[in-house]
Amino acid sequence: MESNIKVRNLNVFYGATQALKNINLDIPNKQITAIIGPSGCGKTTLLKCLNRLIESTDEVNVTGQVYVDGEDIYSPKTEVTHLRKKMGLLSQKPYPLPMSIFDNVAYGPRLHGTTKKNELKSIVEFYLKEANLWDEVKDRLSSPASKLSIGQQQRLCLARGLAVQPLVILGDEPTSALDPQSSAYIEQMFLKLKADYSIILVTHILRQAKRIADYIVYMYDGEIIEHGEASDVLNHPKHPKTIEYVSGVIS
Amino acid sequence: MFKLGTSLRSRVRTNNLAYYLFYLIGAISASLVLVIGIGLLIKSYPIIESHGFFNSIFSIDWYPLKSKFGLLPFLVSSCYVSLLALIISVPVCLLTAIYLIEYASKKVLNLFFPIIDILAGLPSVILGVWGVIIIVPFIRDYLAPFFGVHSTGYSILAGSIVLSIMLVPNIILVFIEILKTIPQELREASLSLGATRWETIKFVVLRKSIPGIIAGIILGLSRAFGETLAVLMVVGNVVQIPKSVFDPGYPLPALIANNYGEMLSIPLYDSALMFSALVLFAVVLFFNLVSKLFLNRLIKYLKY
Amino acid sequence: MKRKVIEEKFFLVLMIISATLIVSIIVLILTSIIIKGFSSFNLAMVSQTPKGGYYLGKEGGILNAIIGSFYIAGGATALATALGIPVVMLMNVYLKADSKVSAVLRLCFDVLWGVPSIVYGAFGFTLMIFFGLKASLIAGIIVVSILILPIIIRAIDEISQTIPEGLFHASLSLGATKLETGFKVNAKQILPGILTAVLMAFGRAIGDAASVLFTAGYSDSIPTSLTDSAATLPLTIFFQLSSPIKEVQDRAFAAVLILTIIVLCISLLSRLLTNRHNKYKI
Ligand SMILES: Nc1ncnc2c1ncn2[C@@H]1O[C@H](COP(=O)(O)OP(=O)(O)OP(=O)(O)O)[C@@H](O)[C@H]1O
Ligand SMILES: [Mg+2]
Repeated sequence: MESNIKVRNLNVFYGATQALKNINLDIPNKQITAIIGPSGCGKTTLLKCLNRLIESTDEVNVTGQVYVDGEDIYSPKTEVTHLRKKMGLLSQKPYPLPMSIFDNVAYGPRLHGTTKKNELKSIVEFYLKEANLWDEVKDRLSSPASKLSIGQQQRLCLARGLAVQPLVILGDEPTSALDPQSSAYIEQMFLKLKADYSIILVTHILRQAKRIADYIVYMYDGEIIEHGEASDVLNHPKHPKTIEYVSGVIS
Repeated sequence: MFKLGTSLRSRVRTNNLAYYLFYLIGAISASLVLVIGIGLLIKSYPIIESHGFFNSIFSIDWYPLKSKFGLLPFLVSSCYVSLLALIISVPVCLLTAIYLIEYASKKVLNLFFPIIDILAGLPSVILGVWGVIIIVPFIRDYLAPFFGVHSTGYSILAGSIVLSIMLVPNIILVFIEILKTIPQELREASLSLGATRWETIKFVVLRKSIPGIIAGIILGLSRAFGETLAVLMVVGNVVQIPKSVFDPGYPLPALIANNYGEMLSIPLYDSALMFSALVLFAVVLFFNLVSKLFLNRLIKYLKY
Repeated sequence: MKRKVIEEKFFLVLMIISATLIVSIIVLILTSIIIKGFSSFNLAMVSQTPKGGYYLGKEGGILNAIIGSFYIAGGATALATALGIPVVMLMNVYLKADSKVSAVLRLCFDVLWGVPSIVYGAFGFTLMIFFGLKASLIAGIIVVSILILPIIIRAIDEISQTIPEGLFHASLSLGATKLETGFKVNAKQILPGILTAVLMAFGRAIGDAASVLFTAGYSDSIPTSLTDSAATLPLTIFFQLSSPIKEVQDRAFAAVLILTIIVLCISLLSRLLTNRHNKYKI
């Protein structure tokens, strides 16, 4: 199994409470990795460690290493802006930027140096199509993104994230605020996108993990209890905690 | 696939440069507190050295030409005017704030806040003029004769009335802020125990917000202490310890405004005025910190 | 039971009286100064500078003070905004919410916010003497900008805290730097709030007298350079009102009317801004 993202001995403390305990994990390339586990077990925390958003939290302390493309992202030499460009994020609730639909998608490319109008236009069109949103918004690209429905906003956020050409897509329960149809859209997109991206998905929904995950990480109380191929972990869990969770005792 | 530019290096550098620049601006502008405090201290040092700190503050003799610089008349006037203004303003503001938060309909609120905003935006000189044309004659022609005293109208009372009006927006907004922080569940809990709305206000809401209300009053006091022009225009500016509210007074800010920049040839005069500015600054600093302390306590108190 | 009801009724009546009292006093203030001002207002007031003998009741107007006030308030607001926005960005974009530095900065600006304008004025004057500057437009602008800096910072800081963290993170995750996020996302999200804060500061600047009393000087002509001394509306009101000549006093009332109209416009404008929905805001 090839892996460009390796987590080594990662510990995270919020003040005095330890949210992650000695995490070691290799994320397989170009697959969908689902992080599952009961509420408060540290899924979001782990995800935030991968793009260093954890650092903007109050009173947080991170030890250990996370290697992305062989480079320790917590070493002082690493440029956080560069890292974040590589790690696209899809949050639980969509946060469209306070600007038009067009500008939302063009925001990243503009920052990264694309300024030609025509080029931006084709970029925006390409990624909106990629996120399955183009047909719905092509006539109102200049209207505010906040006017879209939540499901559309989430797809816009996906298009916006793809437009900066990340290597990895991090999703923190990206479908939990959406209606079933929009959720299905996003899931389908993930299945399509895994050809080009490594996808790490935090999810509460066991069925979702069953539907789309190739690799499963099961966490409990800040620790990784079990991880492996989805079929193994879901069908033949080894650890008793995992068995309980997979059979629906813990939720 | 599209090719993205690679301007990252310079963007990051700009970002970091901005950070240092912003830090510098922040540090310099915040250090104004120190700069002003120390500057005033240095400038008032001559008078403290030659007359003594407490002697200057607690002497009632103000004869600059004879090198007597007692600030007591000004301090007393300032206290009179400020306290009286608060006594007028606070109950009215508290009642209004309670009304607005606990009883008033959305419509009333939408009408009330723009009006309060107008008052908040009125420059003090305008309120001063208004005091001169309305309050002063009113005191001279009606109020003072009613109490059987003679007054020119330019008096402590006129100053406090004008000041009390100026304080209204400030105090009301603080009170409203405080009342809003009281969780709705507390009210509901009390109401569901069979208390009436007024009982809930009296025993739950007000009790919980006492530290906040005190903080608001202290903050108002510090505002009142420093207000200059509006008070100056109606208070009479006579150097004396006022004996009744119909007597003229001479608050500290008015002393500075009326005399600073002139007659700087009189020895120590300039230093004495700077000393009064220092006193003003210190009072405001003190009140501010105290009210912050109270507010912090309120927040803690509400959390647990 | 009956007592309870009576008590509540009693206090309710008191409350309504209080609220009504406040509103009626504001209305009284506005109507009395507007009526008084109108009766002595004429076009020359706003179109001419003081002519010879103006302060004895002869020809002229207060255009010098109107322009001077706009120069000083405008300059000070621009300066204070230019300094204030970086400070707010520092506290809300660069530093974490629980940062000690932010806490100290906020405390300092709270204190500065409370410092009376007469103290700024007197202190500014001392500094001017120290540096050998004379009372001038630029000195007035600097002192007034210091007066309104904490107002701007506090106001913008307050609305900055309403920006959802997720929005900030979303922009960072796209590879934006904090600076870029601050200006392109955060500022945009709270733009009406920023404008309101700036307007409020402008209103404060144009109405404040004590800070320009010693620092801006006073001149009958419209300032043409930053080192000229400049008249301001509050001071022209103050000086003319203390004149014994009735015509001059009347002009003070007309000047009050002008200043009132200016601040009412500001108040109206900021209300329009807050009410108008920021269409891009999420
Ligand atoms: N900012 C914070 N400060 C202090 N503790 C925190 C903070 N954020 C999270 N925690 C704690 O760290 C632990 C892990 O939180 P995390 O948000 O990673 O859980 P999660 O698995 O994502 O839960 P959920 O499924 O509910 O989203 C929890 O116990 C939580 O209370
Ligand atoms: Mg979570």
